Amino acid sequence: MMSFLVDYIYYIGAFGLILAGLYIILVKHNLIKVIIGLGILDTGVNLFLISVGYITKGTAPIFSRAGINSEHMVDPVPQALVLTAIVIGVAVLALALSLAIRLYKHYGTLNLRKIREQRW
Amino acid sequence: MRRAVAILSLIIVAVGISLSLAKIPFGTPKTKVGRHYIDEGIEDTGSANIVTSVVVSYRGFDTLGEVTVLFIASIGLGAVLTTSVKEKTRKTQPASLVLYTGCKLLFPLILVFGSYIFIHGHLTPGGGFQGGAIIASGFLLVYLGCRERRISRVASNLAESLGGLLFVVIGLLGLVFSGFFLLNFLPKGTANTLFSAGIIPIIYIAIGFKVGSELASIIDNLIEES
Repeated sequence: MMSFLVDYIYYIGAFGLILAGLYIILVKHNLIKVIIGLGILDTGVNLFLISVGYITKGTAPIFSRAGINSEHMVDPVPQALVLTAIVIGVAVLALALSLAIRLYKHYGTLNLRKIREQRW
Repeated sequence: MRRAVAILSLIIVAVGISLSLAKIPFGTPKTKVGRHYIDEGIEDTGSANIVTSVVVSYRGFDTLGEVTVLFIASIGLGAVLTTSVKEKTRKTQPASLVLYTGCKLLFPLILVFGSYIFIHGHLTPGGGFQGGAIIASGFLLVYLGCRERRISRVASNLAESLGGLLFVVIGLLGLVFSGFFLLNFLPKGTANTLFSAGIIPIIYIAIGFKVGSELASIIDNLIEES
């Protein structure tokens, strides 16, 4: 059990964040809280991608000196993906917030239950 | 009811994920392509930072797409917010002297640091996206400290357009000179020096300008609205 925890703690943390974000998105009625859940989900996905690329005792994949030992360098591909995904996540979050502002101006409420077109 | 359905679907998702992840051990090398990039990256692209060589050179076309997504999100935010009727501006208390002086002192330093991050993207950790985010945080500080200051829309749009245009033009130059879009047609130089890696620093400077001005205009739009 302990070795399982030690081996998979980053996966558990990442998917804990993803599931928490999904739960917030599904259950909460306040639109701002839903957007916060979207942000948490985003963070969880980024953390999962980074932890997939990790190698035990890993170092950053940067040759800061010539002839540096490259054996323990972590996988650069997930890092490159997450690098852009973080900035995209910020922009998408800002877009969602601006839509929430417009929705509030139109309906006068952020409660999704009270906005008739949004009810399920 | 709604909560029960949500919890049930989350449990299904969690079981599915844990069943599939049990076969993927943590901390072991998994992809051959990552190993290839680390082993051959310096000879292929001349960039000491392998992540940068992946972002700009190996997957450069992908990065062009991501920059486009950012552009569309920024445009969409502007379109959503500016169609609303402008209310009269709220009265704001002027910032204290400490905050005002501090932001005037720190703003140029933050700009210089952000530029350093994206100019040295092929040598040290960092690059266009990170440097752009740092520059935007400098503009956010100005908006918080000096309430009346606004960045000029024209300058921000100009930096954004020129950054995107430079990226595409460099890609097309690669097509003209060597037959492939975004091919590294400039000399690669020696690794670990500032003038190395061919087109990579130029593209990262373009991305830095683009991301910085886009995030700054997002902040500008949201502050105008509040």
